[in-house]
Amino acid sequence: MGISYIYPEFEVVRNTARCIGCRVCEKQCANGVHLFDPELGCMTADDAKCVDCQRCVALCPTRALKIIKNDCTFRENANWQADTIKEIYKQAESGGVLLSSMGNPKPLPVYWDKILINASQVTNPPIDPLREPMETRVFLGKKPSTIERKADGSLKTELAPQLELSMPVMFSAMSYGSISYNAHESLARAAKELGIYYNTGEGGLHEDFYCYGENTVVQIASGRFGVHEEYLSTGAAIEIKMGQGAKPGIGGHLPGTKIVGDVSRTRMIPEGSDAISPAPHHDIYSIEDLRQLVFSLKEATNYKKPIIVKVAAVHNIAAIASGIARSGADIIAIDGFRGGTGAAPTRIRDSVGIPIELALAAVDQRLRDEGIRNNVSLIAGGSIRSASDIVKAIALGADACYIATSALIALGCHLCRTCQTGKCNWGIATQRPELVKRLNPDIGSERLVNLLTAWRHEIMELMGGMGINSIEALRGNRLMLRGINLTEKELEILGISHAGE
Amino acid sequence: MLINAKELDYSALNQKIREADGDCNISECLGQRFIGAGMSDKHIEISGIPGNAMGAYLNGAEITVNGNAQDAVGDTMNNGKIVIHGSVGDAVGYAMRGGKIYVKNNAGYRAGIHMKEYKEKKPVMVIGGRTGSFLGEYQAGGLIIILGMNKGQTPTVGNFPCTGMHGGKVFLRGDVNGITLPKQVSVRAATNEDIMEIKPYINEFCRLFGFEQEKIMSEKFTVIFPDSKNPYKQMYVQN
Ligand code: SF4
Ligand code: SF4
Repeated sequence: MGISYIYPEFEVVRNTARCIGCRVCEKQCANGVHLFDPELGCMTADDAKCVDCQRCVALCPTRALKIIKNDCTFRENANWQADTIKEIYKQAESGGVLLSSMGNPKPLPVYWDKILINASQVTNPPIDPLREPMETRVFLGKKPSTIERKADGSLKTELAPQLELSMPVMFSAMSYGSISYNAHESLARAAKELGIYYNTGEGGLHEDFYCYGENTVVQIASGRFGVHEEYLSTGAAIEIKMGQGAKPGIGGHLPGTKIVGDVSRTRMIPEGSDAISPAPHHDIYSIEDLRQLVFSLKEATNYKKPIIVKVAAVHNIAAIASGIARSGADIIAIDGFRGGTGAAPTRIRDSVGIPIELALAAVDQRLRDEGIRNNVSLIAGGSIRSASDIVKAIALGADACYIATSALIALGCHLCRTCQTGKCNWGIATQRPELVKRLNPDIGSERLVNLLTAWRHEIMELMGGMGINSIEALRGNRLMLRGINLTEKELEILGISHAGE
Repeated sequence: MLINAKELDYSALNQKIREADGDCNISECLGQRFIGAGMSDKHIEISGIPGNAMGAYLNGAEITVNGNAQDAVGDTMNNGKIVIHGSVGDAVGYAMRGGKIYVKNNAGYRAGIHMKEYKEKKPVMVIGGRTGSFLGEYQAGGLIIILGMNKGQTPTVGNFPCTGMHGGKVFLRGDVNGITLPKQVSVRAATNEDIMEIKPYINEFCRLFGFEQEKIMSEKFTVIFPDSKNPYKQMYVQN
């Protein structure tokens, strides 16, 4: 109270004519907003605790609730906006580093929305995906650059290990601990059904999910939580996490309060102990060191698994990717600065890194220029929101896309951006059993399958419109893209022409 | 099985080790990396100098080196034993979560960083001599024992040991004079209980390298341990 008092951001509006006092909202809100007042015989609400997750709104049987943005504001000021003022109050009060979650909410440019896709007219016919076969399958991994023959003249056909995807989408890393058991189960089951992959994140692999190994990418980060031989050999691929788009240059830190029960067992650290994965791998200070980690993993798994190296999109990403492509890695995953996270320092999330669109185009071009594009496949991530984002990413040079936030939204996430509190009312970013059980993995996996089945159809329709019947023919096909409202420089980096050109 | 490592690159050498039926005796080893990576069931004895990341992800196998080893010995080791009759390079036992590493002489920088334990799985690392800087950074569990033999006038460990430590223990033979420790750790003279805890490992160290246990145990030990399992708890404010 006093100088640091922050007026509630949201207002809970209850239509008393509709409210039947069933107390569902009270049971549903883990933030303890709603309370039944026995004296008054009606529901009350403490708006200050509300995070606008819309859970109570969605479950109120009589649609008596709505959450609105509070109109009590500071005096308007384009420079000192309300959030900026509140952040200063919070820090002046606590001396703490601001901690946020989910992706960057700032109005920074979304290049996907400034890129338009081509379609065929008259001179080259579009293809009807309902009638003609369309190939959305992709293989990720190192490809041969030349045709080689054996002594007897026959073709050498042994390839480096590949990941086969039915469509160019994978679920990106979200650790068990940052999201719930049921969220992981939903992702794993959906990946299996769809013929794609999900990613363990850096928290190890729960024993119940080893059975989804063929559709699992196992991650190893600097803290090496839950990493052992069986973990490595179970996954279809191994991802080395060097960085993450939401917090480039910052490591992972799951507070001890979230290291409970199975999470502790899966990470293989005691309950209540912080799980600290610092930003650097303290054994990697160069591409040569990275190469050592890549090959130690290949040796440990007998060269059977492709190795992914995941990095955040940062200023020198093209040069960095060129180094990684020479490190022996099979796949590079680039994570743009709008990517989500369970918790990140606000300042880092909002102002470090670059957009995936620019990073991807720069990397693809650089690897082509250097003649090493076939050394690696590229996965682009960091806020891929729809089938058209995917088509644009592939035309800019990606082999596949990572999605995470869109997958969580399919599971019920309402983007309240308070995952770091561990009280997710939708059962996703929480370990509280009573909240976790709100997410039914049967329904969750079905919703993910629905989403990606729909996206696959849309991808085929967009490809058909361009007269392209295979993802392979779309990859890096920047002629299919035009920019709108972009500067010369932006167009140059994206390697595309302006609309109308 | 005898394997002459001369003119074999690391993948060829490892392939031979993997294919070998039982224990392996490697001669003329010259910098081949990743020896024994992820292996679970062999005893590998090495003459010569193995390259980096020897015994990475080791899963129960045993490796003996009759001489020195290089960097990243026992990286993310899960189980098994590594015995070095000499010194090791940097980052020995990085994130090891089980098994034992015995080094007769010295270790380089960043020894035992990210070491972790979980229930009965408790990694142990014993270094006979001294270690370089950044010993036990982010240590989250397990035992690191530094005996400081033949160290002369130099301190037992280099600069900045135990930064970010939030679990496990570091034992130093002797005291911590001249060693600057971070705020989040405490130091105490080893109690009887502490000594009982490390005795079996000192015992094994002596047996392996032919030292006298009484002589080693005659000097006092100091224990460094973390104050908190949550070193960064107070740092954040929800936004
Ligand atoms: S936090 Fe969510 S469930 Fe609670 S009152 Fe606000 S919108 Fe409703
Ligand atoms: S996962 Fe849960 S807590 Fe996080 S933004 Fe979505 S609804 Fe909110």
